[in-house]
Amino acid sequence: MAVLSDGGRETAEAIIGRYPAGRERSAVLPLLYLMQSVEGRLTRDGLREVGVLLGITTAEVEAVASFYTMLRLRPTGTHVVSVCTNLSCALRGANEVFEAAHDAAGVEQGEDTSPDGEFTVHEEECLGACDAAPVVQVDFANHDRVTPERVVELVEALRAGEVPTPSRGRAPKDFREASRILAGGSGGSRNERVSANGSPPRAGAEEAT
Amino acid sequence: MNETPTTRIVTANWDDPNVVGIDGYLAAGGYEGLRAALAMTPDEVIDLVKTSGLRGRGGAGFPTGVKWSFVPQDTGKPTYVVANFDESEPGTFNNREIIEREPHRFLEGMAIAAYAVRSHLAFVYCRGEFLWPGEILDAAIREAYAKEVFGPSVLGSGFALEVVLHRGAGAYICGEETALLSSLEGYRGQPRLRPPFPAVEGLYASPTLINNVETLATVPSILTRGPEWFAKIGTEKSPGTKIFSVSGKVERPGNYELPLGTPLRTLLEDHAGGVLGGRRLKAWTPGGSSTPMLTEQHLDIGLDFESITAAGSLLGTGAIIVMDETDCIVEAARRLVQFYAHESCGKCTPCREGTWWVSRVLGRIEQGYGRSEDLPLLDELGENILYKAFCALADGAVSPIESSLRYFRDEYEAHIAERRCPFTGVGPGGETATGSGDAIANDAGLTGALT
Repeated sequence: MAVLSDGGRETAEAIIGRYPAGRERSAVLPLLYLMQSVEGRLTRDGLREVGVLLGITTAEVEAVASFYTMLRLRPTGTHVVSVCTNLSCALRGANEVFEAAHDAAGVEQGEDTSPDGEFTVHEEECLGACDAAPVVQVDFANHDRVTPERVVELVEALRAGEVPTPSRGRAPKDFREASRILAGGSGGSRNERVSANGSPPRAGAEEAT
Repeated sequence: MNETPTTRIVTANWDDPNVVGIDGYLAAGGYEGLRAALAMTPDEVIDLVKTSGLRGRGGAGFPTGVKWSFVPQDTGKPTYVVANFDESEPGTFNNREIIEREPHRFLEGMAIAAYAVRSHLAFVYCRGEFLWPGEILDAAIREAYAKEVFGPSVLGSGFALEVVLHRGAGAYICGEETALLSSLEGYRGQPRLRPPFPAVEGLYASPTLINNVETLATVPSILTRGPEWFAKIGTEKSPGTKIFSVSGKVERPGNYELPLGTPLRTLLEDHAGGVLGGRRLKAWTPGGSSTPMLTEQHLDIGLDFESITAAGSLLGTGAIIVMDETDCIVEAARRLVQFYAHESCGKCTPCREGTWWVSRVLGRIEQGYGRSEDLPLLDELGENILYKAFCALADGAVSPIESSLRYFRDEYEAHIAERRCPFTGVGPGGETATGSGDAIANDAGLTGALT
């Protein structure tokens, strides 16, 4: 069954159009994000559809998808809570925050997703905001200086259907919306496309070596 | 606060919330550096950046103008510019703040670089986890198109430049430039053999310039204020300023832009508020987790490329992670090596297997199950990883192992002799028993096969 709707396929074509002619494969990551935004994770159908869009095999798509931690091939919660436990955050108490998140979300030992499918709790590597350690991301929106108590509040808020206000920027409502943002827009104002040689888009066969 | 005088270049406008948008940036004199560049020939721009002595801020410190001059012309292929915004070296967070506060300064630098190497298509490889910084960048790129800064005629010059935002998906290794290119081409982010270097055969096997966000954000001021002005700041071989990211056990963690060559003592005491709680400094990384740790004895060494190298470490990304006297160095090293074990792309055996084994050995020492032969074993494992793998990730993993053993061997020995962590008390020799003792003992048996 097709994962993308007609509108979704238009978006996929626009994503592919960001890259030079003959270099469509570069669109594999944004297209995988697009599939993930529809299904909440990546399924075989989604992988196959990316392969069809790019003219490569499902195996080639899966080989890429399995390399990247933000692309989820396993069951994934409605919300992904990522707790950085790398050194700068660990020095500020991140291990306790991770334990608290794990417990509050109801994730069992050795698992990463709660049985009710609400939460995936991910022990994250450095999130590049070490001045605000310990750092937690909820669906990739940053929360600064999080204590064990605060992470429990975040999980409870999500469970109550709220979208906790992040420390900066806007928060997606769930993992699917975050994936949709990561797939990128449909080209927007870039109507005056130029190719790598400064000529109009897709006219330059010299790019498709 | 007793702040010493500072020279702020990249962070000069950070107190102004309006410069996140293009109107505010233009009002603050933005894109004047690009205008100045467009009035020169591309080769003149390259010479100017060479004269400034600017060195890459992404870790290696390679002279930026020289890198630009390596991009060949008239190859018959397109030339690409790729900005590396895959900031993920543990402890590093200045690229993120540059984009969050003033994205156009970076975009301006990237446009200057594109003009200098005659590239009409630039990609920004944005770290996937940077959801919000990526949205800021996306909006900034759209603004720049709307103001005809990007597009078929950059600022009316006739020079065409298209800019594409490309988001990663969670892989530290993609900050390595050849792995980044593999990822951008739609493959697993695994490094490639050099040579050929990306300048000659990079993206799509075409000439490609790759620069870090901080490097590019430094360029506009060099154009507007001149290379001589820039070269006078910092040290002779490390001119200019650097944004130091300070984290861990300090009173005021944050990004601080200071002239290169400023010693840690000044950065720590005059800017970052000193060690947290007035405790004593124990260890610090000068350039992120992949640079060998230094100690209190290195407080007065200048933070510049040559001085830090002479002290046995590397300036790296200028990411200073501070540990105090209450922090366990074995646990710190273990956590960092666990990071490299997780992020190893798996291509090379010394890295893939070595980091995994080292993290287990460090784990058992920390848990109080270490053996006396573990320290020579760690030395040997480190030697068998260092310079034995394809890219620098493996070498980075050796830094915390080798440097912590060099400066804190007695602390390792105490863990083994006391059969517990002296800081947490955890271990069979301590008061706090661990639930996973059997598993760790099993690990110890497994690891025995290595010796």
